[in-house]
Amino acid sequence: MSVLLQTRKLVKYFGETHAVDDVDFVVNESEVLALIGSNGAGKTTLVNLISGLFRPDGGQIIFRGEDVTHQSVHERIRAGIARSFQLVNLFDQLTTLDNVALSIFAREGKTRKLLVLAEADRRVWQEAAQILHLFGLEAKARMLAGGISQGERKLLDVAVAYALRPKLLFLDEPTSGVSTREKAPIMDTITSVVRSEHISAAIIEHDMDVVFNYSDRIVAMHQGVILADGSPDEIRRNEAVQTNLLGVTEAPR
Amino acid sequence: MSTLAVTLETRSPARVLVSAVPIAVALLIVPFVLDQYQTILLAYGLVMAIAALGFNLLLGYTGLLSFGHSAYFGVGAYAVALMVKYLGTTSMELFLLGAILSTVIVTALFGFVCVRYTRIFFSILTLALSQVLWSLAFKFFWVTGGTDGLRVPTPMLVGVVSPKGDKIEFLSHGYYWYVLVIFFACVALMWVIVNSPFGKALQAIRDNEVRAEFIGVQIWRFRLVAFMISGIFTGIAGALWVPLNGLTTPEVLYWQFSGEIVFMTVLGGFRSFAGPIIGAVVFNYLKTFAVGFTVYWQLLLGVVLVVLVLSLPTGIVGSASRLWGRWRKSA
Repeated sequence: MSVLLQTRKLVKYFGETHAVDDVDFVVNESEVLALIGSNGAGKTTLVNLISGLFRPDGGQIIFRGEDVTHQSVHERIRAGIARSFQLVNLFDQLTTLDNVALSIFAREGKTRKLLVLAEADRRVWQEAAQILHLFGLEAKARMLAGGISQGERKLLDVAVAYALRPKLLFLDEPTSGVSTREKAPIMDTITSVVRSEHISAAIIEHDMDVVFNYSDRIVAMHQGVILADGSPDEIRRNEAVQTNLLGVTEAPR
Repeated sequence: MSTLAVTLETRSPARVLVSAVPIAVALLIVPFVLDQYQTILLAYGLVMAIAALGFNLLLGYTGLLSFGHSAYFGVGAYAVALMVKYLGTTSMELFLLGAILSTVIVTALFGFVCVRYTRIFFSILTLALSQVLWSLAFKFFWVTGGTDGLRVPTPMLVGVVSPKGDKIEFLSHGYYWYVLVIFFACVALMWVIVNSPFGKALQAIRDNEVRAEFIGVQIWRFRLVAFMISGIFTGIAGALWVPLNGLTTPEVLYWQFSGEIVFMTVLGGFRSFAGPIIGAVVFNYLKTFAVGFTVYWQLLLGVVLVVLVLSLPTGIVGSASRLWGRWRKSA
């Protein structure tokens, strides 16, 4: 497996807090990786740094052999880094189909076109409809994104990121805020899509069932540093992880 | 997988035309049906509709409340007046061209400053910048005529229709149709813009700025372009307005007029495409009626508008389409 993304001594401070402290983090090609850790461990900050929402205070981010540390969000998306959000971020007054289509228009550089009707671009709408189908949302195509259930919104949030056709997809708690019953179907949908397209996915997750069931590799963070990195079995047996993380959350089965 | 349940029902241009054509025909025959005064009054309404249409690209579609759109209306108006004063221009097409060029420059400068901000900060900045223009027009009286303003004679249309003879006759016929044609062009153009991929991207920015950035929309640039298009439409309105009014004064640059543009749009409903158009025409009638009715017209207008906004929170068009929907369901 070759390396897709790596960070070198990545640092982010918030005042006195070392939110991300000298982190060397690696994502390989075509893997589903889980990023775990208690609240404040630095998981979301790490994703925010890699996706370009925050600027790091030090260190480097290398994506496909290229230094993207100082690239804009726009450039990183072009390079192939996309993300979803923990608190769903959608275009609520547009339809679910519009939400996905916008990603496609943006990906193809067509959002600059202002003298043609968006409706006229059949290929984009067909692709958008296909993506909704992949995520099981085709029945909701004509509904406003603000008017569908929380579970559907979580999926749509991922679908919007997926429509950018990324090589690396960060998913920030894709199952938070949905009922336990909905978690497995959501994760099944997401992982089947990313695995079939050989997209690398890095998933921040608190639910240990989800983490151990769906990931190839697990990276555990604690207070801004990486505590452990390994296969689900290795992580399950790791003592530092057990005392710092699994002890405070529910124990894995 | 290929046979998808999703049917892409579209609001095709053909279907829109079906509803637009009867309205267009009705507007075209107005000079034969209504008297001259009413026709000119409607011409004012259509001019304001162009201004409000431009304004709403920012408010309704991009989510930015400009409180300084008087600036671009005024730039359009003063561009025409200054062309008359210094260049002796008489052609309406040249006036429009001059107004467009001037608003391009001014909106590019003002937009550059304003679009980095959103919400109240954006509104206050647009307001402040428009007041700068107002004070310039006010103080540099040897150029702008100060509070006396600048007179603008009736222009020549498409190089042939010259305004000989009765001015009222000219304004209520030739000029009315001229305004109407430009109005149609502006409405069609704006309809395409808001339904283009660019227009969709603006709505994405309106709904969720962070997410828009994370699908690769360069927010700052898109806002600037929207700002400029918005200002240019309003500038065109300003240029069309001057010949109707016969002169331009610093009043059109004053913040109160910006407020009127906001009010027209909210009155008609900023969530719909037709809202600002209907709102501007209705506002124009309301204002004219109030001014003729009492010297306390501003008070009367204020009360009427407060009542309208409270009773029709989604604007005239929003409320009408809700009623229409309810009626269709029950029928």
